[in-house]
Amino acid sequence: MSDQTLDAEELARLRELGQRFMRAVPHNNALGLELRAVGDGRAEIFLPYDARLVGNPETGVLHGGAVSSLMDATCGAAVFQALRKPMAIATLDLRIDYLKPATPGRDVIARAHCYKVTRHVAFVRGVAFHDSEDDPIATSAGTFMLGTRTQSRSEATP
Amino acid sequence: MTAPTSKLQQAVAQARAAGDPARLAAYVPYAQTMGISLLLAPEGPHAGELLGVMRFGEHLIGNPMLPALHGGALCALLESTAIFQLLWESELSAAPRTIGLTVEYLRSGRPVDTFARGVPTRQGRRVANVRVEAWQDDRSRPIAVASAHFLVHSEVEAGKSEP
Repeated sequence: MSDQTLDAEELARLRELGQRFMRAVPHNNALGLELRAVGDGRAEIFLPYDARLVGNPETGVLHGGAVSSLMDATCGAAVFQALRKPMAIATLDLRIDYLKPATPGRDVIARAHCYKVTRHVAFVRGVAFHDSEDDPIATSAGTFMLGTRTQSRSEATP
Repeated sequence: MTAPTSKLQQAVAQARAAGDPARLAAYVPYAQTMGISLLLAPEGPHAGELLGVMRFGEHLIGNPMLPALHGGALCALLESTAIFQLLWESELSAAPRTIGLTVEYLRSGRPVDTFARGVPTRQGRRVANVRVEAWQDDRSRPIAVASAHFLVHSEVEAGKSEP
């Protein structure tokens, strides 16, 4: 994500988006997620390390569920960035591979790219890491239903 | 089972001795934060089964307009329930490590309590596969299902673990 080239207008838009993202989604707020960067079909979200999110108190490693929520949120944010107009979305499926445990005490960053949008479905890939995408903690692939505000998912077809 | 050595094994042993799986869930900070616990199914065809439960709270909402539960929160319930299932019914010397999971979201999660049941489909010496379903009021209408696989260190040989 080339956020070095963001002008003031884009920065303001990002800040507004980030605030809306936190205000609008209580679960993202509960995890302390921060939307750090967005681009064309891309999003980057920061998960601060928190002892409340630990899976095994003996090791201090974050629970997989917290990383899963981070992935889901980041993939969803990437879909929003890929849509031409705002609409409600819902996760249809999400696959997550855990490549290595998160290091205790360290924050996690996730990036996602929505690489295809059809009329009803968006396709996304994501990665979570500490320092570099090349040394991932987890990778994910997901699909999201688009325009789910007025219909339940069971009635929606891709 | 050999004498429990890790705190996790102690938590499992104590919860079993008390017949109260909620004690095991209480050992996990993330489960506490989320409102995820464990119970044994009361009377009925599923009596005695270990169930995961995620008590509804505002912090679980992902879509406030519907409102609907966050996909990540459901994912967390499914993954936690699968791990607790392995800990509760198998003799493991360490916590299972998630290799991967695939979640399918079938229905929107309403703002009420959600239940989950994990069924190990195969348990080997190194890898355990678990199928998990989550539902709300009606168990026959799951809102999400997952298949998950874990790295495990079994204390007993493959094929000899308790059912």
